Amino acid sequence: MASNRPKVEDLHLVNLSKTFGDFKAVDNLTLTIPAGSFFALLGPSGCGKTTTLRMVAGLEEPTSGQIKLGQEDVTNLPPYKRWVNTVFQSYALFPHLTIYENVAFGLRRQKAQDIDNQVKAMLELVELTTQAQKKPQQLSGGQQQRVAVARALINEPDVLLLDEPLGALDLKLRRQMQLELKRIQTEVGITFVHVTHDQEEAMTMADTIAVMNEGKIEQMGSPVQIYEHPKTAFVANFLGQTNLFEGNVAGIDGDELAVKVKDVIFHVPLASTEIRSGRIVFGVRPEKVKIVDQGKTGLPKNQINGSIKLTAFVGVSTQYEVITNWGQEISAFEQNIDPSDLGRPGQAVTLAWEPRHTFVLDPDQDLTAGLDTSWDE
Amino acid sequence: MSIAQESIITKPVKRRFKRTPYLLILPGVGWLFLFFLFPLSTLLATSLQKPAGISPDDGYLPAFKVSNYSSALIEYYPQFFRAFLYSGIATVICLLLAYPIAYYMAFRARKYRNLMLVLIVAPFFASFLLRTNAWKTILSGDGLVVSVLNSINLLPQDRILNTSLAVVAGLTYNFLPFMILPLYTSLEKIDPRLIEAAGDLYSPPSQRFWKVVWPLSLPGVISGTLLTFIPASGDYINAELLGSIKDKMIGNVIQSQFIDLRDYPTASALSFTFMAIILVMIYLYIRKAGTDDLV
Repeated sequence: MASNRPKVEDLHLVNLSKTFGDFKAVDNLTLTIPAGSFFALLGPSGCGKTTTLRMVAGLEEPTSGQIKLGQEDVTNLPPYKRWVNTVFQSYALFPHLTIYENVAFGLRRQKAQDIDNQVKAMLELVELTTQAQKKPQQLSGGQQQRVAVARALINEPDVLLLDEPLGALDLKLRRQMQLELKRIQTEVGITFVHVTHDQEEAMTMADTIAVMNEGKIEQMGSPVQIYEHPKTAFVANFLGQTNLFEGNVAGIDGDELAVKVKDVIFHVPLASTEIRSGRIVFGVRPEKVKIVDQGKTGLPKNQINGSIKLTAFVGVSTQYEVITNWGQEISAFEQNIDPSDLGRPGQAVTLAWEPRHTFVLDPDQDLTAGLDTSWDE
Repeated sequence: MSIAQESIITKPVKRRFKRTPYLLILPGVGWLFLFFLFPLSTLLATSLQKPAGISPDDGYLPAFKVSNYSSALIEYYPQFFRAFLYSGIATVICLLLAYPIAYYMAFRARKYRNLMLVLIVAPFFASFLLRTNAWKTILSGDGLVVSVLNSINLLPQDRILNTSLAVVAGLTYNFLPFMILPLYTSLEKIDPRLIEAAGDLYSPPSQRFWKVVWPLSLPGVISGTLLTFIPASGDYINAELLGSIKDKMIGNVIQSQFIDLRDYPTASALSFTFMAIILVMIYLYIRKAGTDDLV
């Protein structure tokens, strides 16, 4: 191992663009990924996230812009000269080599010392010691995935790139591997850049998520930040479900903005927006919305009446579709603490939530942006 | 669980003899017996016969004359050697020529891939004999090739036709498609992402080739070299049409023993020896290359 290498460095993307013919895959992207973080690039297929990753790996040449590791400009370095390793989407394990040799591959090319001990330690880390002499095709999907991680990690890269690393696994295994990857990342402290279209996966693992759409970053922040306070309709819709309302500012009420939607007044925290008059778009997550019989008191400030259109029991929660008197459908998720009194379709109910749970979006956007895209794959 | 047990009990344990598969392979087995095993045993019997008189017209008698083999080998070992030398050289040249072509087709050609495949297979539409004869014209003393090579003093013997060079060139030309096609099949199966992965794992282009592409293409290399070497070493057309009397290969000897001299026992003994040598060589080659380990 090249022990004289400098410590792990921040990864900087500066005005990075990539066009294929007329198609702008990545559009003037500027981004700093701090050393040692678990960073997720989240977005629908075709949003440019994989292209970004491949440019960092050196497998794709940027049309313009720079990629820097710390102070070093690596934009024009071939992949084999970059301290960056990739866990490929379909793993791309070498079928003619044993698991041991797959893992040792990078070290052998670098003519490293003490390969045997490093490979053994790495196989132990990913719990594959007993499989060392097998060929990749003799392993299960989850095991192959761990080999792919081990093969990349053993080189102690500055940045480990993961291209939809769990896409080929079934749901249960994927959950398990998410935690496993998180554990490994914490253990080795290398920067992980993780590309995925699965919002849950991104939120489970990453410290920082950048939501990408059409070659640009829509919003970047911690999972809690971008989930609780999405800035755009795309982000709100792409990360989980959301109820969006369109209304007009009716006035300022203390530290809240009063917003009139049809004939109902809602309250939005002043701090959440710069808008003080005119049209406004805000939203609330379904799990924040309480659903109660009409006429109850002591409810949160934002209230709206409607009737249940649909009740879906999904185990941990019950999901309701409630229709307002102007015909808008609102979803509400209730935890199943006492599932004996499920609401029935047709029942008149009141929906209520705290003003602080609302978030305000850019009103000029297409409110359906990001809807359904996660079902593409 | 209970369902599974039940089905075991109720299902009759009697195993029905299935006739269909045997019936289906019958024509093939019959064909092999009639046109391979039967002639082969006849050949073996012939190779041990002794002459009935002084002239071939007197015919041959059944015998167990093992000396047919030793005398044939003693007399014709140079032709054996030449056959394996020429076809060996041709195989190596074929491999060197075919690999880049197959590689290009598999990874780069894209829309030209099918066109290239057609061009490679196209010569098969003309007969082998005809194509080799055409080479006589191409390589003739007043042909373009010779005059060009002569003008730049690249020709040691100031001719190509009737030299060993022409024989090897002819063999190379005739068997090149048999090298390209299996190589292409093998290379085409390689996931290009493996090459990317190797690059990602600190392999410069040369290492990407030798550590990933080459080992994964070995099945193609092995079948390609076998498909080239075996027929080339038994070939006599190229030596006959393009070579001189000093370039005769074992195929030529067998042919003339059978057809011209009608010395059937010697011809049969040579054929058998040739087959045995080839079999041993293939066995050693495949064992060395270790096909079991290949994907």
